[in-house]
Amino acid sequence: MASQTTEAAGHAADAAASAPGMPQLDFSNWGNQIFWLLVTLVVIYFVLSRIALPRIANVLAERQGTITNDIAAADELKAKAVEAEEAYNKALADARAEAQRIVAEAKADIQADLDAATAKADAEITAKAAESEKAIAEIREGALESVKVVATETTAEIVAALGGSADDKAIAEAIGARVKG
Amino acid sequence: MASEAHGAEEGGLVFHPMDQFIVKPLFGGDTIQWYTVTNVTLWMALAVVAVIAMMVIGTRRRAMVPSRSQSIGELAYGFVYKMVEDVAGKDAIKFFPYIMTLFMFIVMANFLGLLPMSFATTSHFAVTVVLALAVFLTVTIVGFVKNGAGFLGLFWVSSAPLALRPILALIEVISYFVRPVSHSIRLAGNIMAGHAVLKVFAGFAAIAVVSPLSVVAITAMYGLEVLVAFIQAYVFTILTCVYLKDALHPSH
Repeated sequence: MASQTTEAAGHAADAAASAPGMPQLDFSNWGNQIFWLLVTLVVIYFVLSRIALPRIANVLAERQGTITNDIAAADELKAKAVEAEEAYNKALADARAEAQRIVAEAKADIQADLDAATAKADAEITAKAAESEKAIAEIREGALESVKVVATETTAEIVAALGGSADDKAIAEAIGARVKG
Repeated sequence: MASEAHGAEEGGLVFHPMDQFIVKPLFGGDTIQWYTVTNVTLWMALAVVAVIAMMVIGTRRRAMVPSRSQSIGELAYGFVYKMVEDVAGKDAIKFFPYIMTLFMFIVMANFLGLLPMSFATTSHFAVTVVLALAVFLTVTIVGFVKNGAGFLGLFWVSSAPLALRPILALIEVISYFVRPVSHSIRLAGNIMAGHAVLKVFAGFAAIAVVSPLSVVAITAMYGLEVLVAFIQAYVFTILTCVYLKDALHPSH
């Protein structure tokens, strides 16, 4: 190292010629390098701290803000959508319940009407049946009377034709017994 | 290095792997005063231009949806910001512009140094020693200002057995003062070694038989150097953050 240093120092005068040592250890130009390094660092520091870094920090902060706002807005919209969906579902459920109620009411009304009509019809049918029975009984009575009259007349005629004579009372009794039996 | 050059001369090859690091006045003349405009000035100025192009011109539109150039600037910002926050802690954020300055300068100088015919400013100890000493002094001063004498607790390992503590304290003090040395030599050494190896491989390209191999080796080495350029800037920056964390929270 030491020999190289002296060598390099020796060659420092003719720097253009090839120096066998390390130019890094040629201390004659350290002052120059350090001076320009400090200038460079100061310039870079001011450019960065005055212009570049605040600008980038602003951009990043602004972007972060925008993203946060957008996410918040999206969340809000999502909440609104959920709310709207809930309202819609509620309205749907209400409408369904209302429809069911109306259907049930209508069904009950119809049932009541039907029951009333059925009852009325039954009553009418019963009344009609009773009337008819009465008429049939009357007709049957009438028919029996007619049979008695015809049978009596016929019997009297038959008895007379046979040369007998019978009183009406005996004939009527005989007929009555026969018709009844 | 001297023997290498000597052997090269014998083989009829021209090996001057260290010539690329020579500081030369840019506009003629032989003497280098502290104010002389040299190739160091040129390549540092180009680093400044690159930083401005990336961080100022690239972000000029301040777009909500970033363009490609703006994304790169924001990426660099986020990368270093997160590093400072994660490694050094929330209260180190006020040092973020300083650390960003170091990172941007080193990464730009490293990448510009990889251009053919360029001059790698970060391969010079003059540069890296100043950077490392600046970090060392800043960290030490911040440590004492923030914690007073409590900063010395950094060297007193309270979790170790009492008998071991003086020995550990000695080791800690030595390692503390070695920090700027390793910090600066790591960066300059990596960059210098990589560039020198590239030059040596390039020298072999003059021999027709091995030139294809040489070209392949240069390509592979160049790829490695691209990685090294970024990784060394990253390492320098993250170590700065670690040292800063020690200064802000000296307890073990």
